[in-house]
Amino acid sequence: MTTGSSTSPRPVARRADAKERGGLLVEGVTLTLGDGDATVTALDDVHLDVAPGEFVAIVGPSGSGKSSLLAVAGALTTPDSGRVLLDGVDISAASPREKARHRRERIGFVFQSGNLIPALTSLDQLRFALDVAGKRPGDGHDPRKLLERVGMGHRAGHRPHQLSGGERQRVGIARALVTRPAVLLVDEPTAALDRARSDDIVTLLAHETHESAVATVMVTHDHDVLGHCDRVLSMVDGRLTE
Amino acid sequence: MFLAWRELVFARARFGLMGGVVALIAILVVLLSGLSTGLVNDGVSGLQRLPVTAFAFAEGTKTDSAFSRSTVNVDQAEAWKERQDVGDAAPFGNMLINAKATTSAGTQVPIDLALFGVEPGSFLAPAVSDGARLGDPDGLVVSQTVLDGGVSIGDTIVVDRLGTRFKVVGTTGDQRTFGHVDVAYLPLRTWQQVHAGAGPGDEVRDGAYEEATAIALRAKDGDRIDLSGGDAAAGTTSMTLEDSFSASPGYSAETSTLMLIQVFLYAISALVVGTFFTVWTIQRKHELAVIRAMGASTGYLMRDTMIQATVILTVSTAVGFLLGLGGGTLLTTTPMPFALEVAPLVFAALLLVGLGLAGAAAAVGRIVRVDPLAALGGQR
Repeated sequence: MTTGSSTSPRPVARRADAKERGGLLVEGVTLTLGDGDATVTALDDVHLDVAPGEFVAIVGPSGSGKSSLLAVAGALTTPDSGRVLLDGVDISAASPREKARHRRERIGFVFQSGNLIPALTSLDQLRFALDVAGKRPGDGHDPRKLLERVGMGHRAGHRPHQLSGGERQRVGIARALVTRPAVLLVDEPTAALDRARSDDIVTLLAHETHESAVATVMVTHDHDVLGHCDRVLSMVDGRLTE
Repeated sequence: MFLAWRELVFARARFGLMGGVVALIAILVVLLSGLSTGLVNDGVSGLQRLPVTAFAFAEGTKTDSAFSRSTVNVDQAEAWKERQDVGDAAPFGNMLINAKATTSAGTQVPIDLALFGVEPGSFLAPAVSDGARLGDPDGLVVSQTVLDGGVSIGDTIVVDRLGTRFKVVGTTGDQRTFGHVDVAYLPLRTWQQVHAGAGPGDEVRDGAYEEATAIALRAKDGDRIDLSGGDAAAGTTSMTLEDSFSASPGYSAETSTLMLIQVFLYAISALVVGTFFTVWTIQRKHELAVIRAMGASTGYLMRDTMIQATVILTVSTAVGFLLGLGGGTLLTTTPMPFALEVAPLVFAALLLVGLGLAGAAAAVGRIVRVDPLAALGGQR
C-alpha cells in the first residue's frame, strides 16, 4: 500500500533491488516473546525490504509487533528464525559484540522524544555519535553542517533541556544520520509533538532519507504524517501487510 | 573520555558532593596516618634507631612486656658472639624511671625516662649531635625530645626514691622514645646499679653487674641470624627487632586500633564510591540503553565511567590530602604524637584511590546488564 504524497521523488525503481544495493531486507522473520503459556508471537513470518533512499512507515495498534520489528531490524534482538540483511550483511546470527558493531556502522536510531544525552549540547550529541562509532569527523557528516541542514545550527550550543520537543527530534535525526548509516530506524518520532511539529519532523525525515540515500523505517501511530512516506505497511498481530 | 568529561562538568554538583565525601575521608586518612606514624615513633623510635637486628631475651620470655620482664646474664652475649651469622652482640639494659631534672635556672622539672644501658664504645652506644659521647659513669645522652621539654645539656637529673644523680652530657639530636617515654642512654654499669635499686652509697647486691634486659644482636652484613640456633646455644628466647616492638608498652593496642580505624575508612571509601556509581548507573539506565543502542560497546561505557571515577577520586583525594597536610602540620607543633612521613601518606593515597576504583568497578558492572532494547519505547 502506498498512501499520500511525499516531498521527494519515490524510489520505486530502487526498491526491487534492495538486496543487491544495500538497505534493509527482512526475510521470513519470526520472533516469540515470553515462556510457556505466556508465549506471544511478536513477529510472524515477516518480510520487508527497504531500498536505500526509501521511506517506509509501519502503522498498527499497540502490541502489534511494530517495536519488535524495529528491534530485530536494529540488531537489538535475535529472531527465532529468518534473516535480516543490513546493507547486504546478514546480522541474524551475529554475536552481541558483532551486533553492537553493526549498530555502530550501519544503523541510525531516532527514538521517541529524541532520547538525547542530557549532558551534551546539540553539536556534541553528533560528535558523540561519531566517537561511539569510532569515526573521525571526515568519515561521517560534518556535525555542524548537518545540524544546520536540519535547521538546528542556531541551537548548536544548547543542551536537551533547553530545546523544545521538535528541536530535540531534529537533533536526534541529525545524530542518527551523522555516521552515514545504511538504515535509519525511527521509533514513534511524533509521539510527543503537536500536529504542526509532527509534520515538520516527518517532512525532515523524508527529505533526509532521500538526501542521504538511507533506507528508513518509521514506526508510528500518527496517521496524519503518512503522506510523506514512500510506502505505508500495516502490522497486525505480528504480521506485516501492504 | 568524550562523554565522561562532559558529564563531570554537567553534573558537577553531584560529582562535587561525592568528591567532597572522598576528600573528607582523605583528610581523616591523613590525620590517622600522621597519628599512627606519631604513635609508632613515640612508642618504638628508641628501638628503631638502635643498630640492632634482634634481641635475645631470657629463655621463655613472651613478647608482651619482654623488656620489663626479661633478665639475662651478660655472659650470654659471648655465646651469641660465637655464632657465625652474628656480627656483634652486646648486653642491653632497659627500664623506665621517674626523675626530676634541675635546670640551670634552678627550677625542677618532673621527667620520665626510658633508661637504655649500653656499654660505652659498643655498637649500641649512640652518636651525638651535640655535647659529649657516652662515657662518664653519671653522664646521660638524651633524646632531642628531652631538650625540647626544657632540659639542657649540663642539667642534673635525679632519680626519684634512689636519689641517683645524672648529668645530661649530650643529645642524639633526634626523637628516641620508648613507650611514649623519652630515652636516655647511660653506661651499662650505672644502669645495673639503678636496676638493682642501689642509690648513692648503697651496697649493690651480688650479681647485679652481671644482669641486663636482653642481648642486642647485630647480623653480619648481608646475613640473617639463625635465631632458633642461637637461642639453643645461648639459652635465650630471641625475636627480631620488629617483633620486639610489640614488647613496647601499649604499642600493639595502639597500632592495631588505628589500623582498624584506617581499614574501616578505606572500606567506607570504597563503599561510598561504589554506592555513588551504582546509583549513578541506575539513574542513567535509559541513557545507557540509548548509547548501547547506538552501538557503544560495554568496554566503551565502562571505560568512560572508570575515567570519571579516576578523575573524581584523584582530585578529591589530592584536595583532601592537601587539607589534611595543612591541618596535620599544625598538629606537629602540639604535644600530640603526630608525624607526617611521605611513604605512608603516598601509600594511603594510592590505597584510597585504588579501593575507590575497585568500588566503582564493582558498581559499573551493572552496565553489562543494561539492555539496549530499553531504548525503544516511551520510557523517557
